[in-house]
Amino acid sequence: MNFDMSPYGAYIWPAYGVSVLALGGITLWSWLRWQWAKAKLAALEKKT
Amino acid sequence: MNWLFRYANPHEFMRLSGAVLPFTAIATALCIGLSLYLGFSAPPDYQQGRTVLILYIHVPAATCAMTVYGAIAVCSLLSLVWRHPLSDTAARAAAPLGAIFTALGLITGALWGKPMWGTYWVWDARLTSFLLLLFIYFGYMALWNAIEDETKAARAAAILALVGAVNIPIIKFSVEWWSTLHQGESIVSGKLAPVFLAPLLLMMAGYMLLFITLWMVRIRTAILERRATVLMQRGTA
Repeated sequence: MNFDMSPYGAYIWPAYGVSVLALGGITLWSWLRWQWAKAKLAALEKKT
Repeated sequence: MNWLFRYANPHEFMRLSGAVLPFTAIATALCIGLSLYLGFSAPPDYQQGRTVLILYIHVPAATCAMTVYGAIAVCSLLSLVWRHPLSDTAARAAAPLGAIFTALGLITGALWGKPMWGTYWVWDARLTSFLLLLFIYFGYMALWNAIEDETKAARAAAILALVGAVNIPIIKFSVEWWSTLHQGESIVSGKLAPVFLAPLLLMMAGYMLLFITLWMVRIRTAILERRATVLMQRGTA
């Protein structure tokens, strides 16, 4: 694998960086919300 | 249509998506990982140099942005015609994902445009109609949040989604209908060398699988949240 991006590194790395942040962020957020919803429903079911 | 209603049942959806989810998640990681390996191992393009690496994330993001909108439009149609609540849930769950893919398509496109075209942005038909798609996504999400009555919100959002669907063929064919700086289609026409085509197709598959995975997770979350709300209402009644 070749990580030498010259002379375009200033464009390539931000493009990958923003993609990783956005897609990683929405993946993490969706997964956390799913876990919270599961936990909340389980607690409510236990109560009733 | 019976098969559709069978799987559009929330209980059936939870069962089916629970079985499929681990496989789509693993396939997503494999496709994206392999694409990155092949993409970063490929030689520089003779014209674009290593900026071709940006296209491996720009094209899949743009393709997903339009596909997700297509999915929202189909769900909206199903909701308006058959009034199935899972269609509304599915459409609403897909919207933030579509908005993120659209924003990524615009940002990565601008970062590719600067070294190749000499500018981050031009008001040509492709770029402008794609920016309009982002605003339609924002409008769709804002409409869902603006109306308190969920049934009314679902109907208004579904109508907006169907009206906004007119923009999808405009984006797709803008490079043929008008003179644009944005280049035309180059995958189906075979203009890409296999060494660049393989990582691009793998990344497209990876992005699509990521969307399917996250879409299922978000629909499951919405169903669980609805069940929790019903239980809380029963508890206070």
